[in-house]
Amino acid sequence: MLRRVVIVGASAAGLTAAEALRRRGYDGTLTLIGDEPYPPYDRPPLSKQILAGTWEQEKVVLRNNEALSELGADLLLGHTATGLDAAGRRVLLAGGGAVGYDALVIATGVTPRQLPGADLAGAHLLRTLDDALTLRAHLLDRPKVVVVGAGFLGAEVAAVAREMGLEVTLVDPLPVPMHRQFGERIGGVSLRLGTGVSRFIQAAGRVAAVELADGSVIDADLVVVAVGAAPATGWLTRSGLSLVDGVECDSRCQAASGIYAAGDVASWCNPHFGARMRLEHRMNATEQGIAVAGNLLGDDLAFAPVPFFWTDQYDTKIQAYGIFPPDAEFQIVSGDPGERRFAAAYGRHGTVTGVLGWNSPREVRRLRQLVVDRAPWTTLTTPSLVSPLAAR
Amino acid sequence: MKVIIDTDRCISAGQCVLAAPEVFDQRDEDGLVVLLNPSPPADVAVDVKQAATLCPALAITVED
Repeated sequence: MLRRVVIVGASAAGLTAAEALRRRGYDGTLTLIGDEPYPPYDRPPLSKQILAGTWEQEKVVLRNNEALSELGADLLLGHTATGLDAAGRRVLLAGGGAVGYDALVIATGVTPRQLPGADLAGAHLLRTLDDALTLRAHLLDRPKVVVVGAGFLGAEVAAVAREMGLEVTLVDPLPVPMHRQFGERIGGVSLRLGTGVSRFIQAAGRVAAVELADGSVIDADLVVVAVGAAPATGWLTRSGLSLVDGVECDSRCQAASGIYAAGDVASWCNPHFGARMRLEHRMNATEQGIAVAGNLLGDDLAFAPVPFFWTDQYDTKIQAYGIFPPDAEFQIVSGDPGERRFAAAYGRHGTVTGVLGWNSPREVRRLRQLVVDRAPWTTLTTPSLVSPLAAR
Repeated sequence: MKVIIDTDRCISAGQCVLAAPEVFDQRDEDGLVVLLNPSPPADVAVDVKQAATLCPALAITVED
């Protein structure tokens, strides 16, 4: 009998799972544990509107107080889960408390990776609302900025800093995935690609410059480290759960008897692609939270989504459905990269696995069907098959 | 049922169009949401609520 559900992680995935349980009629106790002091909030705007100052802080709240109280959940905010006693079905809390459960949802997300030597005044990570507000306050002092890591987060931060008129250098040891389209400069940001950071140079305890692997030195008043994130599973080390890349689950998002995982922290087998995956995408947090709630109530359904993600940088909207393996085939389906408006397909083993839209949101949403249908790659070489779809 | 959209939040994901094509569309130029029917009939209520739930930008509010 399911009477006590505990959800660890009070962000998008955890909150969505809680709401889905209630929507499906679960009327037992519901405990939502979050280590930040804030009610559940949304993260994608942090590196965009919050950093740019175009949104007030209140706008990132995921639910208003009324909706939260209607949820009928015990919200343990500012509480950190420190351990899991799977045999005793208890989540252990910092300070010595414990919460018992019949079913547990792990939704603790990810923690940003730090670089050695970056633990300095003037060096920032960006994951939480507090991180974003602090970083914004410092950007207002008009520092010379180095962003380390040219993934989506680093590129978004560089874009915001550049739009504030700051001098910005974006450093990455690898050519960025879309280097060809980005070219040598993205909207005035200096790019230093193919060169890693060898060390942070400090002066009086503050970061003063970044030295690259090729020996060159870039002066910096402020450094943002955006080199990816790791699943927040430290608290599960002694739980007995398999933690290879996140909480390892089956296709039902179940990690062990009565234990499920959702969101950035969850690794599961997606039968649509026949592959194990772990996604740090906003959309996945919602979809997986809903799927986990259903399975916890007995649905016994595989979670087989077509992943979706987006990024906004300057006036460019990049949106993608599916998966984009490094060895994938690539083909422009419509539009023209030269005009910064196109849609492209990615494929592997003769099947379309992903579609990407560059300033083409409507087009890429239509092309998504190719991924849903696992369309043969040859579909793309037959213009008469693609065009009606693209024009639909 | 009343549907309210906040285009300032919209990130052009198009999830609403996938969930409830009778009620939502996207602008051609930038993909922003277009509300086709602010008072949709009851037979699409489930789809509209699904659209609001799935919207990754929380741009859709549904009032009963």
